[in-house]
Amino acid sequence: MSVALSSEDISRAITRISHEILEKNTDPTSVTILGIPTRGADLAYRIAQSILDISGIEIPVGALDITLHRDDLRIRPPRPLMDTVIPLAGVEGRTVILVDDVLFSGRTIRSALDALGEVGRPARVQLAVLVDRGHRELPIRADYVGKNLPTSLNQSVKVSLIERDGADEVSIDEVSAAENL
Amino acid sequence: MRHLLSISDLSRDFALEILSTAHELSRVSENGTKKLPTLRGKTVVNLFAEDSTRTRISFEAAAKRLSADVINFSAKGSSVSKGESLKDTAQTLQALGADAVILRHPASGAAHRLAQGRWISGSVINAGDGTHEHPSQALLDAFTIQRHLCDSKGDLAGLHIAIVGDILHSRVARSNILLLKKLGATVTLVAPPTLIPFAWQSWGVEVSHDLDAVLPTVDAVIMLRIQKERMSDLYFPSSREYSALFGINAERASLMKSHALVMHPGPMNRGLEITAEVADSSASVVVEQVANGVSVRMAILYLFIAGNQED
Repeated sequence: MSVALSSEDISRAITRISHEILEKNTDPTSVTILGIPTRGADLAYRIAQSILDISGIEIPVGALDITLHRDDLRIRPPRPLMDTVIPLAGVEGRTVILVDDVLFSGRTIRSALDALGEVGRPARVQLAVLVDRGHRELPIRADYVGKNLPTSLNQSVKVSLIERDGADEVSIDEVSAAENL
Repeated sequence: MRHLLSISDLSRDFALEILSTAHELSRVSENGTKKLPTLRGKTVVNLFAEDSTRTRISFEAAAKRLSADVINFSAKGSSVSKGESLKDTAQTLQALGADAVILRHPASGAAHRLAQGRWISGSVINAGDGTHEHPSQALLDAFTIQRHLCDSKGDLAGLHIAIVGDILHSRVARSNILLLKKLGATVTLVAPPTLIPFAWQSWGVEVSHDLDAVLPTVDAVIMLRIQKERMSDLYFPSSREYSALFGINAERASLMKSHALVMHPGPMNRGLEITAEVADSSASVVVEQVANGVSVRMAILYLFIAGNQED
């Protein structure tokens, strides 16, 4: 196991992503941040807090569970559902920034776009991830990336966050390619 | 798990998982999403060999909200003996490619027979078999109680629930007793002695014949329907007497704690086990039970047929 991002790296990445979001979106009041549970949602709340610290603007933030929209439901045992929290401002006509911890095949994000379409019609959707590890299976890319982490399929990327795991860290483990699918 | 046949097959944790899944699904519906793609391409057959309105419609609505294809199959009027007829029907359903069969049948144990016959490869969901069990009704009752009286992730520990009426013939009562006790509640059965089955001593419940004495202590009361179609013997002298002793009216309802719920699985015999005044009062959650039934059945369909199930 090797550590790819330390706790300081993670907080720097979150601060940088927050600055980039403010830079790219000239009207930050139209932005809504939705994290994909579980750790994507934790990161979403941190980014919203960071934007508040930097600019004093309070961005509506929530969580979007994508389990029911996954494309691998029928080949896996059923998964428990997670909380979906849509902020009062909704998503209609807004700029929605999806947040996830690791961008890998892109299938989670495809499911998230479907799930988001059920909630409403955002004006535009952007994607922020803490780690982009490559190996995309769909034409999807992130607008904000904390760290590009080239990996092989024999590696797994593990994100730990204080909210859930007691400490902030991103590590890489060696596993068999089959376990990774 | 592949089949939902009896509450006794469920662990406490899995029962709670069904309830929390139902909770999430009800919030998805409240967010404005009426349809989810989760069961797209799956075929759900409603096989109802006995009359039912809300259970069939509720399962149908639940399956459709998850994008499954629904086939309604009424096996009523078949003259073939039960075992054979069920087997033949099952093989027809297998040929149709059913991923799940929702079975309502007048014979106790019919769902077990269908699940263990190995005639079909899909899941079997028991929607009421004779006087045996009605698991989805018990789950929606527990869900309704949990929503009103508990934290949404917790069990029902510390609550006292009374089940009133025809316990003898009631599959709703059997499933409810098993589930409520599994989730930590205390259960008291209230009925005339003729409508309490002999086996109650082994169920871990209290029995009372005095509704007025029980009502002030309960957090919810589940009124059962007097099933006229199963009243072949004289279980009580007259409907009026039953109503006077065991029916709930406004005066009795006022004995209950202020937060206590009045529940009924439906269809109600207004004026017999429950007066119209109580059925339409603010303590009554009868209509909400129907709405919750759809969320609970969506959770059941999701957890039992969406994934790649182990036996």
